[in-house]
Amino acid sequence: MRPLTEEETRVMFEKIAKYIGENLQLLVDRPDGTYCFRLHNDRVYYVSEKIMKLAANISGDKLVSLGTCFGKFTKTHKFRLHVTALDYLAPYAKYKVWIKPGAEQSFLYGNHVLKSGLGRITENTSQYQGVVVYSMADIPLVSRDGSYYRTQVLFYSRRICFQSG
Amino acid sequence: MGRKLDPTKKEKRGPGRKARKQKGAETELARFLPAVSDENSKRLSSRARKRAAKRRLGSAEVPKTNKSPEAKPLPGKLPKGIFAGAVQTTGKKGPQSLFNAAQGKKCPAPSSDEEEEEEDSEEDDVVNQGDLWGSEDDADMVDDYGADSNSEDEEEDEELLPIERAARKQKVREAAAGVQWSEEETEDEEEEVTPESGPSKEEEADGGLQINVDEEPFVLPPAGEMEQDAQAPDLQRVHKRIQDIVGILRDFGAQREEGRSRSEYLNRLKKDLATYYSYGDFLLGKLMDLFPLSELVEFLEANEVPRPVTLRTNTLKTRRRDLAQALINRGVNLDPLGKWSKTGLVVYDSSVPIGATPEYLAGHYMLQGASSMLPVMALAPQEHERILDMCCAPGGKTSYMAQLMKNTGVILANDANAERLKSVVGNLHRLGVTNTVISHYDGRQFPKVVGGFDRVLLDAPCSGTGVISKDPAVKTNKDEKDILRCAHLQKELLLSAIDSVNATSKTGGYLVYCTCSIMVEENEWVVDYALKKRNVRLVPTGLDFGQEGFTRFRERRFHPSLRSARRFYPHTHNMDGFFIAKFKKFSNSIPQSETGNSETATPTNVDLPQVIPKSENSSQPAKKAKGAAKTKQQLQKQQRPKKASFQKPNGTSKGADSELSTVPSVRKTQASSRFQDSSQPAGKAEGIRESKVTGKLKQRSPKLQSSKKVAFLKQNAPPKGTDTETLAVLSPSKTQATLKPKDHHHPLGRAKGVEKQQLPEQPFKKAAFQKQNDTPKGPQPPTVSPISSSRPPPAKRKKSQSRGNGQLLLS
Repeated sequence: MRPLTEEETRVMFEKIAKYIGENLQLLVDRPDGTYCFRLHNDRVYYVSEKIMKLAANISGDKLVSLGTCFGKFTKTHKFRLHVTALDYLAPYAKYKVWIKPGAEQSFLYGNHVLKSGLGRITENTSQYQGVVVYSMADIPLVSRDGSYYRTQVLFYSRRICFQSG
Repeated sequence: MGRKLDPTKKEKRGPGRKARKQKGAETELARFLPAVSDENSKRLSSRARKRAAKRRLGSAEVPKTNKSPEAKPLPGKLPKGIFAGAVQTTGKKGPQSLFNAAQGKKCPAPSSDEEEEEEDSEEDDVVNQGDLWGSEDDADMVDDYGADSNSEDEEEDEELLPIERAARKQKVREAAAGVQWSEEETEDEEEEVTPESGPSKEEEADGGLQINVDEEPFVLPPAGEMEQDAQAPDLQRVHKRIQDIVGILRDFGAQREEGRSRSEYLNRLKKDLATYYSYGDFLLGKLMDLFPLSELVEFLEANEVPRPVTLRTNTLKTRRRDLAQALINRGVNLDPLGKWSKTGLVVYDSSVPIGATPEYLAGHYMLQGASSMLPVMALAPQEHERILDMCCAPGGKTSYMAQLMKNTGVILANDANAERLKSVVGNLHRLGVTNTVISHYDGRQFPKVVGGFDRVLLDAPCSGTGVISKDPAVKTNKDEKDILRCAHLQKELLLSAIDSVNATSKTGGYLVYCTCSIMVEENEWVVDYALKKRNVRLVPTGLDFGQEGFTRFRERRFHPSLRSARRFYPHTHNMDGFFIAKFKKFSNSIPQSETGNSETATPTNVDLPQVIPKSENSSQPAKKAKGAAKTKQQLQKQQRPKKASFQKPNGTSKGADSELSTVPSVRKTQASSRFQDSSQPAGKAEGIRESKVTGKLKQRSPKLQSSKKVAFLKQNAPPKGTDTETLAVLSPSKTQATLKPKDHHHPLGRAKGVEKQQLPEQPFKKAAFQKQNDTPKGPQPPTVSPISSSRPPPAKRKKSQSRGNGQLLLS
C-alpha cells in the first residue's frame, strides 16, 4: 500500500473530474475525518486515515482490500473507475440523468436507453458528457456490466446511448 | 401446400441419442405383456374408473380379504383404494398387475423365524403400500415381472382385476404354506408395495375405517436377521420400524420384548436411522448421544428440509419497511423474521430470483441465515470500536457489524481462504461498507500481526453438522478424526482470538465464539479449554432464546458458566444449527503454569488467573497494568511467606463468614490447600490493591458493612442454590463486607480459617470491580439468579454477573 504518485493522482483526478467537476476537494476533506487515496496492487482505495493506519500493519501480500475501491490503473496507466465508486461520485455529480421506471430495468441489464426512457436531465448537458444515471427515486444506477456506472450521453438523431467510459 | 407433418408422431430414426430413447414403459412392456384386460382398453375418466371399480368390487369380494385385519388405513386411503382398483383397468396400469402377481409370489417365499414378524412385515407392506398408493397412481416405470405372472394370469378369473387375482393367489399361498418372511425386500420397494396395497385398500373400504393401532406388537428381528439387510431395504418398512422402536423405547419396561436388551433395540434403531436418512454410523452415533430419541428423529427430519430463506436489511442504505415494500412490489412473499431481529426478513416464496433484484444489486439487503445474525447481535459492536472478524467469508457477519457501527470505527475482516475473500470484497463493496480492511492471514497469526482489538468475532471453521440441510455430504464424510481436527484448529484460533482482544478496552473486551456445528467436541469443549487457558470468563450472550450450552456431556464436565452459551437447532428453532458463546477478557496477561511453584501452580492455574487478574482489572481505571503485573509477580514469588500475613482482617465480617462457611459444598469439597494457595496470592493482590481503593469505596464500606452482614445471613438461608447463584449472590455482598477491613489496612496477622478468607477475597475482587460502579450496592436479597442479584444499571450488572461466573472458576 502506498500513496499515489503525482502522475497517478493527476490521471485519476482528471477522470473523476469528468463527473464531479471541481468538487474533488469534498471527497478528501469530509466532516467525519480526512480521507485519502492509497494504491495497492494497482487499485486505488479510498479510505479514511484511521483505517489506513490499521491497514498499515498488514503486510502487502496479505492485504486484500481497504475501505472502498475506487478503480484501478491499467497496465498502460490509464485509470478505470469502478462501480464501487458510484456512492461517492453520485452526490457530487454535476450532470445527472434520470430515467423512467420502465427503462430502468433495461438499463440495469445492459441495454441502451432510448430518449423515450429519459425522465429528466440536467440542463446544459453537452454531448459526450460524463453523467451519473439515476432512477426516478434518486438512486444512482449502474448497468449490469459494472463498468457502465457512468455514461456518456450521445445524442444521435433520436436515440440517447449510454456508453461506458 | 406443403406436406402436413404431425410433429407429435414423428419417430426419431438414426444413430443419434434421441433415437435411442425409450418410448416409455407401456410401449416397451407391450411387447411382453399379454393382451390388456378385456374390460377396457380405452382410458376412462376418473369417475368412470371409480364406477368400474365399484362394479368390480361387488363381483370380487372374496379375494380381497387379507389376513391383516389391523392394517392401518389412513383417512385418505378409502378413495385411494378405490382408485387403485380402478386404475388397474387402464391400459397404462396393466403392468401393475404383474407386480401384484409377482408380489404375491414373493411374499410367502422368504424365510423367517417368526410368524408374527412376518405378519407385522406384511402389515407394514400393506400399510406402506397404502401410503404410497395414492402417490403411485401415475407410476410410470414398472418392473418387468411379466414372465412370471403370465402363467398365473391365465389361470385367473377374467373378471377380477389383476391386482385382485394376485391378492387371491397370495392368500392361497399364505394359507397353504407356513409363511416364512424375510427381512429382505427386493429392490424398488415403492413399486412393489404399491400394487399390493390395492387389494388391502379395497378390503378396508369394505370394512370401513380402522384405527391405526398395531395389535401385533412390534418384534425386533433376531440378531441374525439384522445382518441380512444388506440389499436395498424397504424404506417404508424401515421407517415403520423406526417409529415402532422409538415407541417401544419410550416405554421400555412395558413394551419390551422378553429377552431382548435395550442395546439391541438401540442398535437396530441406529442402523435403521442410518439407512433411512443416509447417515454414516459415526455421525449418527454422535447424534444419538446428543439428542433424546424423539428429538433425534425430529432433528433428522429437519435436516432433510432446507431452512427458510432469510435476508437482512442493510440499514446503511435502506430501512426494513422500505425494503419489504420494494420487494413485495417485485413479487416476493416475505415477513419480518421475528421480534428478536429488527432487520431480518424471511422469504416464503418469490417470483423473481431473490439474489438478483435491483435492490440486491444496490446493496439494500444481504442473504443471510437467521442463525448467522445471532453472533453479531451477541457481540454488539459499538461505534468507533476496533473489531476483528477472524473468519469473515462470505462477509455477512462483517457487514452486519459494520451496519451496527454505522460505518464508524474499523473492522479488520480476515479469512484464510483466498477465493472466499473475493466474495467478502464484493459483498462489502456492494453493501456500502467503508470501514473495513480485508486481509488474508491464517487466524492463528493474529495477535502478532495486529492486536489490541476491542471486540473479536470468531466464527470458527467447523464440521458443519448444524447445516446438514445445506450440505448433505456432511452426513457421511465426517469422521472422528475430522471432528478432532476441527476442534484442535478451533482451540488454536480461539486462543489467538483471545490474545487479540484488549481486556483494558473501555467499551469492549468481548469475544464471541460461534460455530455452525452441534458437536460438543467443537463447542463446549473448546470453550472450556479456553476458560482454563486464558483470563476470560463467559458472559450471557444477550440472546434470550435458544437452548443453553451443556455443562456436562457424557464423561466430560465443563465449567458451569457454559450455561450462558447458546445452542440452536434446526428442529426447534427452524434455523441452522449453531453455537454461540460470549467471552469477556478481564486481563491481558496470559496465565503461565509456573514450574517453581508447582504445587500452587497447577491448582491455582485456574484460580490464580481469575483471582489475580481480577485485581488487576479492577485497578485498571486507577492505575496502569504494569502495576498489576507487578502484583502478580509478587504474588507468585511471595506466596509462602505471605501466607501468614494474609489472614484476612475480617473481624467485622466474621459473623458473615461463619455463615459463609456453610457455603455450598462445591467450595468445601475442593482441596483446602488449593484454596489456601489461591487465597494467599489473592489476598496479596488485594492488599496491594487496596491501597489504590478510592476514597469513595472507603466511605461506602462502613455503611454497607452491617447491612452486608445481614444480607449475608439472608443469602445463606437458602442453603444451596446452584453454585452460580450463591456465589454470585455472595460475591457482590461479600465485596462490600470486606471493603471496610481492606480499607483500614488491617494488620494481616489475624489467623482465619482458610475458607473464610477465600470467600472475602473473592468478593473483594468484585469490590474492585464495583469501584467502577458509581452506585454502591445495597444488600443483596437472596435471589435465584445472579442477574437479579445486582441492582446497579445493566451495564454494570453485567460485570457483576460475569464476576459471578468468574467466581465459579475458583470453585
